[in-house]
Amino acid sequence: MIRVILPPHLRGLARVSGEVKLDIEGQATQRSVIDALEASYPMLRGTIRDHVTQQRRPFLRFFACEEDLSHEPPDAPLPDAVASGAEPLLILGAIAGG
Amino acid sequence: MSKVRVLVGTRKGAFILTSDGKREKWDVGGPHFAGWEMYHLKGSPADPNRLYASQTSGWFGQVIQRSDDGGKTWTQPGTPPGERTTPEGMPKGESNKFVYDTSTETGKPLTTHQWYDGTQHPWEFKRVWHLEPSLTDPDTVYAGVEDAALFRSKDGGKSWQELSGLRGHGSGPGWQPGAGGMCLHTIVLDPGNPQRMFIAISAAGAFRTDDAGKTWRPINRGLKSQYIPNPEAEVGHCVHRIAIHRSRPGVLFMQKHWDVMRSDNAGDSWQEVSGNLPTDFGFVIDVHAHEPETIYVVPIKSDGEHFPPDGKLRVYRSRSGGNEWEALTKGLPQSDCYVNVLRDAMAVDSLDKCGVYFGTTGGQVYASADAGDNWAPIVRDLPAVLSVEVQTLP
Repeated sequence: MIRVILPPHLRGLARVSGEVKLDIEGQATQRSVIDALEASYPMLRGTIRDHVTQQRRPFLRFFACEEDLSHEPPDAPLPDAVASGAEPLLILGAIAGG
Repeated sequence: MSKVRVLVGTRKGAFILTSDGKREKWDVGGPHFAGWEMYHLKGSPADPNRLYASQTSGWFGQVIQRSDDGGKTWTQPGTPPGERTTPEGMPKGESNKFVYDTSTETGKPLTTHQWYDGTQHPWEFKRVWHLEPSLTDPDTVYAGVEDAALFRSKDGGKSWQELSGLRGHGSGPGWQPGAGGMCLHTIVLDPGNPQRMFIAISAAGAFRTDDAGKTWRPINRGLKSQYIPNPEAEVGHCVHRIAIHRSRPGVLFMQKHWDVMRSDNAGDSWQEVSGNLPTDFGFVIDVHAHEPETIYVVPIKSDGEHFPPDGKLRVYRSRSGGNEWEALTKGLPQSDCYVNVLRDAMAVDSLDKCGVYFGTTGGQVYASADAGDNWAPIVRDLPAVLSVEVQTLP
């Protein structure tokens, strides 16, 4: 079971509060987690990854275990603590503006 | 008694303002979609409870929302919470997907337009600026997007297809973004001719189709724009807004970047009707619901100073289709006012007397229940207003 913390805007869009819990088949990677997230919450399709390119939106970041994983390859394994559910994967919006 | 519903899009959410036909006491509903930029909301003329909304974000991209109960509840079309696929197995979330048509079968797929530095730049979808529901079918709705293109949904917003004949117009590689981006922001449907519609793009100009969107022609003859190399070029004009009266769809009124213009031949040619306006820069323009020659603008000082001249917020009304204008000031701030009124932020109701509404970047929504003679704020402190639409309900 993977724990994901969404930014407030996307929690509102998905109509969830608190963490999202996902069951992943196979290895836990950024791609497999986002695939599972979008399957359970299809209203999030296109909001984290671009609909066409499937690239992470530029102002979003993936953090876990006090590390910025945003630039890791999408199929790289997530840390064991995330895969085991001990730590959440954080998806957050970059602070931008003034 | 009739009711009025005002749909307000702001930088940080949507609001729905309702009143009875007297338009004196208002209920303020919202924020809906708090924290999101709500570029535009509009109701279907064929089913007033069917509303469409463009919800967008620099972080999270584009979301289309739909209400079937007049704005009480909203869903992404085809994506009710908790369901993964449609009964037909179609993946949900398609309603947010705007993909430019690059097929060779449908028109002339373009891949680039002119960029700020003069080089060619790929078309990149950014957001929906304007949603225009069909006049007759609640499930058909048009979307004007940035980078400029026109999309259509025929299934209530569940999926979108580009009308690529517009972007494939031969002038496309010469279109370039204005300061606000290269956006298709105005869609006007001809109530007398379902084959005809008008659109406007900043900064390409106005275009018309006479075959329901398959092919398009630029309709910019008579426009003069000193800020482009050829002031009378076929395309390149920064048109801000076009409005018509439904009884006379061949007569168009335009607020250009500078200049208020009029066409009496469906855009084939234009004449300037700025007349005695204190400045002819501005964004909004609209037409009285019952008087086709009565039009409204809100003059803004200049393209460098986006606020009313002299700090006085004045709507100007012409009862002669332009050229002769009177300032409408009663109830509007006449000192120290430095707000802007953006292009989609004025609308009229169809009650008698005609109601006129506009929203400001300062968060005020003003209403006049007597065709502009007197004004009062419905609300004063919303986030910056991006769009205002009005529904007159039985």
